[in-house]
Amino acid sequence: MADTGLLESLLRLLEKVDGGTDSQDVAADLGVDHQVIVGAVKSLQALGEVISAEQKSSKHWELTGEGREIAEQGSHEARVFNAIPDEGLPQNQLMKMPSGKVGFSKAMSNKWIRLDKAHEGGPRVFKTVETIEDAVRDKLQLVQKGQSAKLEDKEKNELKKRKLLSEVTVKSYWITKGSSFSTTITKQETELTPEMIASGSWKEKKFKPYNFEAMGVAPDCGHLHPLMKVRTQFRQIFLEMGFTEMPTNNFIESSFWNFDSLFQPQQHPARDQHDTFFISDPALAQQFPQDYLERVKKVHSEGGYGSQGYKYDWKIEEAQKNLLRTHTTAVSARMLYKLAQQEKFTPVKYFSIDRVFRNETLDATHLAEFHQIEGVVADYGLTLGNLMGILHQFFTKLGITKLRFKPAYNPYTEPSMEVFSYHEGLKKWVEVGNSGVFRPEMLLPMGLPEGVSVIAWGLSLERPTMIKYGINNIRELVGHKVNLQMVYDSPICRLDS
Amino acid sequence: MPTVSVKRDLLFEALGQKYTDEEFDELCFEFGLELDEITSEKEILSREQGDEKAEGASDVVLYKIDVPANRYDLLCLEGLVRGLQVFKEKLEAPRYRRVSPADGGEPQRLLITDETASVRPHAVAAVLRNISFTQERYESFIELQEKLHQNICRKRTLVAIGTHDLDTISGPFTYTAKPPGEIRFKPLNQSKEYTAAELMSLYKTDSHLRHYLHIIENEPLYPVIYDSNGVVLSMPPIINGDHSKISLNTKNIFIECTATDLTKAKTTLDMVVTMFSEYCEEPFTVEEAEVVYPDGRLCVYPELAYRTETLSGDFINKRVGISESAESIAQLLTRMCLRSEVSGEGGLIQVEIPPTRSDVIHACDIMEDAAIAYGFNNIVRSTPRTYTIANQLPLNKLTELLRQDLAAAGFTEALTFALCSEEDIADKLRKNIAETRAVHISNPKTAEFQVARTSLLPGLLKTIAANRKMPLPLKLFEISDVVLKDETKDVGARNNRRLCAVYYNKSPGFEVIHGLLDRVMQLLDVKPGRNQGYHIQAAEDSTFFPGRCAEIFSCGKSIGHLGVLHPDVISRFELTMPCSAIDIDIEPFL
Repeated sequence: MADTGLLESLLRLLEKVDGGTDSQDVAADLGVDHQVIVGAVKSLQALGEVISAEQKSSKHWELTGEGREIAEQGSHEARVFNAIPDEGLPQNQLMKMPSGKVGFSKAMSNKWIRLDKAHEGGPRVFKTVETIEDAVRDKLQLVQKGQSAKLEDKEKNELKKRKLLSEVTVKSYWITKGSSFSTTITKQETELTPEMIASGSWKEKKFKPYNFEAMGVAPDCGHLHPLMKVRTQFRQIFLEMGFTEMPTNNFIESSFWNFDSLFQPQQHPARDQHDTFFISDPALAQQFPQDYLERVKKVHSEGGYGSQGYKYDWKIEEAQKNLLRTHTTAVSARMLYKLAQQEKFTPVKYFSIDRVFRNETLDATHLAEFHQIEGVVADYGLTLGNLMGILHQFFTKLGITKLRFKPAYNPYTEPSMEVFSYHEGLKKWVEVGNSGVFRPEMLLPMGLPEGVSVIAWGLSLERPTMIKYGINNIRELVGHKVNLQMVYDSPICRLDS
Repeated sequence: MPTVSVKRDLLFEALGQKYTDEEFDELCFEFGLELDEITSEKEILSREQGDEKAEGASDVVLYKIDVPANRYDLLCLEGLVRGLQVFKEKLEAPRYRRVSPADGGEPQRLLITDETASVRPHAVAAVLRNISFTQERYESFIELQEKLHQNICRKRTLVAIGTHDLDTISGPFTYTAKPPGEIRFKPLNQSKEYTAAELMSLYKTDSHLRHYLHIIENEPLYPVIYDSNGVVLSMPPIINGDHSKISLNTKNIFIECTATDLTKAKTTLDMVVTMFSEYCEEPFTVEEAEVVYPDGRLCVYPELAYRTETLSGDFINKRVGISESAESIAQLLTRMCLRSEVSGEGGLIQVEIPPTRSDVIHACDIMEDAAIAYGFNNIVRSTPRTYTIANQLPLNKLTELLRQDLAAAGFTEALTFALCSEEDIADKLRKNIAETRAVHISNPKTAEFQVARTSLLPGLLKTIAANRKMPLPLKLFEISDVVLKDETKDVGARNNRRLCAVYYNKSPGFEVIHGLLDRVMQLLDVKPGRNQGYHIQAAEDSTFFPGRCAEIFSCGKSIGHLGVLHPDVISRFELTMPCSAIDIDIEPFL
């Protein structure tokens, strides 16, 4: 900040002129360097609308160092002339003068002096005229006084050639009064302080305007993971719909609960080593509800409950094999079995969102583990229309209202339906989930009453999250290769908007 | 889900109607199929092997159609067309008949010997008489066998199909098992004879057959079928003999299926003969064959069994959520190849399940077919009246609440894999794998899936390693499950919900992690203190820097550790800065 005295001098000067003034003139008037005035203009600009200043550039002539010396002491030729007494001067002595060489030849060509080479005692120089007019000095003095306009371009260029003048470009300001012009300076404050509040001085102060274009300072905070934010929303949706959360904190499951209890035959491809992670330690499950296990064995191998069964040799060894659960439906089976053990059946609505594992080929959208979202409703007399109705309500909460259903196959549901929604962006129907009615061969051996239907549906948590947050590679979302910046930057999750 | 590839023009010709791609896609959707891809041989070749190889390949349009895994009757053009035509009521479902040989001849007979019992004990057989093949029909016949092999036959482990030109062989046939050295024949498309042992090494490099060798490779006896002159028909489940191979000109086909699962063998045989008897002189008839078991029991195949189920229209209506008359439901079912009639009182429907619909094993399957024929998307959607009160799982509720507050405390949530390498949870943490109580996976494809994690720490450290470009400090947390062996559980293992957090910066920041512990305890309403509260005390743990580790106790019970990580742990996770961490079990706070 330039000192207030200078600023006020500048303002007083500006008050007197109409239509404004050039900062160079101000510098000349106040007798300070132009750069100081430039600083003052900037300070005044920062105060708001006190002045307005427009930058401009102008060219002007300036003396070089040698030019200033000549303006003071005369041109070299004049200095040579003045050094010569009436009786003349030996040439070698004259040449020793600072201006000797240049001055001698110029004075000679001006015919101010002559050289007597034949003089005894060596060549000697004599004046040829009484007085001279030092035109170079006069011209330079004109420039020095800022009257370079009086010289002709030819003369200026001649002097420029002799390196006595140079042309310089000056950036200056054209200063005019601003809308809140005043000749006194009020210093602007940057921030409100406790002292100002206490003293009330803020009332008189002017505050420096903020730059609202700049970004704020990022808050120092932690962040929740986007997939978990979406999980929270799905949990919320199920809770809003009256669904109770199932205990899915058991990644290790027996083939019995993961497959057999779901009426999935032991030769089913999903039970292949290629699709499922089996456990080598602890390799086998040891305890099963024995009666129930017998009923499961029977319905697989012989049928019953109105079913033909699969008619194959069901083996306990196959059912004992431990694995990483391939779906949370294994937990649904445990829960439905538990429900069937109640003295009296009560309707239930269950949900879960947790990890499942597949020994599959990995790509940009598939990992060996992912989160399955599952909903289950058990009650007397539930229909396929009910399943569609509840799916409609569930997906409406996700902001998806256009649904249609395709017949599909699933070993433990009949009917089975793939759920498609119309994607406005892609202009086509895309699969968004799977659903169905659990088979009687699964429910009746558990001991559920005959008239009870169980409807269920499932989808992955990762897919809607990738769509929601515009992520193409699942590794950027799940696992240690996550992009933390993405986590930091991810917005809150509202699935219906 | 199996995919069937059919020539579009051939399909439309058989359907007697041309469709646009969209119309056909719509028909598939309604019927439960999926038009997966529209392509051509040329396009497939060019995609898989480059444009040069595709030069000159056929550019006839192919439809690739996804078929439900239990609908073996839709695995070929013939079956698809039949199913769709009946669905559109343009065709009545044919009735498949087993017939005796013409002119009172003896049926073909297949004798099973005792030796097969140990390797592949079952066999069924049938004959297709006076069939007329065209190039397309022949290709479809071969392709159907391949599809059946891949699906119901479980890559030939359960069932293997052999088809033979009956006019080149003479019955009775013998299905037996012999040591590999004693079996010798010229296999399909080879020019000389090999022993079974030689064949097994010959096919080691065969891109197709090598996948089936393991089925019998280690058996002392290999299955083999001979005719009455000692000609080898086939060595199931690997290869047929060249002698009896079928061609475009074959008129009479002998079909045998050998199996480890008799039910599947019968179904497979039924599928082959129902699909292709269409081209017999008398369509949809199949000549019987007799199979004689070692105990003298005689069975006649193919079974081609029709079964009748009786159910009420009310049952269908109530399960689907519609109200149709019994007559109308019978009509819907008939369109699904389940010929149905209303009979007698109370609107009972007699539903006939044909041999092609082995997938129908319960009334619920019939109910589904009625719903499909009615149109899933014509069913009125209604909300069930089931009234329930929602409950959160207490463990998840606690997790959700803690997550929010850990983020509020300045830590960012990570989401790491539950599976990892042994190295991650042992060597890298300076622990012995035997001490970890880890659950081990028997069939991991890569080292990334050797074990279920026993700690959340490796995942967090790997997350930091992958994000070293981010500004310091890095403060991460995760609340999730680890898996530990536990003999008290039915499966021998249990999950354990853990809270883990790390602080990674130029200085270790023990006080930051310690402060986080204090904050977590404050949130859990546990006061500092020795008995009823929580406290930490110096401990030795190989993962941590000596003298910089403490064990955390809450109400006198150890719940975890905190401290500055051992420099070796830091470098083994490819990190360069000091790091402190906390790892606690949150289940005691439920």
